[in-house]
Amino acid sequence: MSNRRPYVRPMDGWWWRSDPFFVRYMIREATSVIVVAYAVVLLWGAVRLAQGEAAYNGWLEALRSPLSVAFHALVLAVFLYHTWSWFSIMPKTMPLILASGRRLSPAVVTGTGVAVSAILCVVLFLLVLAMKP
Amino acid sequence: MKRSNAPIFWSLFGAGGMLSALIGPALVFITGIAVPLGFLLPRDHMNYPRMLAFAQNWAGKGFIFVVIALFLWHGTHRIFHSLHDLGIHTGVVAKLVCYGGALALTLIAAASLISLGF
Amino acid sequence: MADNGKLIEIEVLRYRPEQDKEPFFQTYQVSFTDDMSVLQGLQHIKDYLDGSLSFRWSCRMAICGSCGEMINGIPKLGCKTFLRDYYPGKVRVEPLAHFPIERDLVVGVEDFIGKLESIKPYIIPKEPRTLAEGEYLQTPAQLEQILQFSSCINCMLCYAACPQYGLNPDFIGPGVLALLHRYNADSRDGARAQRMELVNAEEGVWSCTAVGYCSEVCPKQVDPANAVNQNKTASAIDYFLRFVMPKGASQ
Repeated sequence: MSNRRPYVRPMDGWWWRSDPFFVRYMIREATSVIVVAYAVVLLWGAVRLAQGEAAYNGWLEALRSPLSVAFHALVLAVFLYHTWSWFSIMPKTMPLILASGRRLSPAVVTGTGVAVSAILCVVLFLLVLAMKP
Repeated sequence: MKRSNAPIFWSLFGAGGMLSALIGPALVFITGIAVPLGFLLPRDHMNYPRMLAFAQNWAGKGFIFVVIALFLWHGTHRIFHSLHDLGIHTGVVAKLVCYGGALALTLIAAASLISLGF
Repeated sequence: MADNGKLIEIEVLRYRPEQDKEPFFQTYQVSFTDDMSVLQGLQHIKDYLDGSLSFRWSCRMAICGSCGEMINGIPKLGCKTFLRDYYPGKVRVEPLAHFPIERDLVVGVEDFIGKLESIKPYIIPKEPRTLAEGEYLQTPAQLEQILQFSSCINCMLCYAACPQYGLNPDFIGPGVLALLHRYNADSRDGARAQRMELVNAEEGVWSCTAVGYCSEVCPKQVDPANAVNQNKTASAIDYFLRFVMPKGASQ
């Protein structure tokens, strides 16, 4: 007869609060809510655009409100964090790469990603700036 | 063991994550701060005639669609997994709401953009 | 026995199935020297304070993988963690998270062992090879692909760290998937297609959400997060190309 009576410790939805590492993970995952929110804002603009000038101007006017600008400032901060966290986790998804005999370091991957993002963002901004009326 | 269909959603998640990481900040700044405030960009840069022309151009239409769709699929995939992380396990319902929602909004985007013509 | 008057408080989660309804904390005042590990602290308790305390240990040098436990909430090896780093604070020792407690700090490992066996953790040659053909030759670059993943000591700290394993015990888990990758990536092995069936399942790589804590706690720097997430790409390629290449995108 066995005296075994294994005890299973329950796990609830708050497991992540115990450790800063997990909190940062949950924040990283939470950026998804803002990404969806921004996509919905753009989608709303596309829908309004399809409904004609008056409807679209309504959307455009709403973007000019202080609430909207403040919201987009928050969205910008979240997107910047997303860029950082995305390229921070990217090395973990890559196979081992040897460059001239030495391992490609995670810092190089992250740094390159963030640098490319910065460059593309500037390029995009300049393209928009240069767009003719 | 049964093969998972996760690769479909994960690939969309990855594409959306990469796109938003690369150009997201600029897009948010342009559409949400710069143009509305007339800060560094003219206030009328996104007015109806310009945006209509942009969206009627096949490249512009494609760009708008890809941004909206990929951002949606990226975000909803992560939201779905975050529900699981928070101990919310409503199985198929959660999947329907998240991915179904992404699909519905993607179709709405496509319909709106196509209705603008070329 | 240390006799310099320094005492550290070690709080241990106890559980004796034959007499305890559920686990409870018991505190011991342990005299220690600066060179003592948490494992030695537990051994001091067992030798001098409370002989009923049960815990696994063997090599005392971070290679056998036996002494994994939660130390102040973080999965660590008892032999590689030192009391001096916590003094004068308290050291709280609990059994590895996400595993059923058998007794005191001893957890049930059947799940892990079963999963380890299921991935065929041995070289299955690409084709039969006779002794006369001699040994396999492997370049340093080929060895580099597998070396860190072969360092796994099966200590299960990564399972205690992984919240996805905690939320869903069906997940094959970081350590076993790292070992699976170790064999798939070995130039001598030919059984990748067989192992991919486990990789491609929901309980395979697709339960992982790249938390990355497994790699943080690994005492041998195996980086299981890398092994698992590399294989997401491999699995996705396998998924999309399976109709084009029915035998699997094995190479």
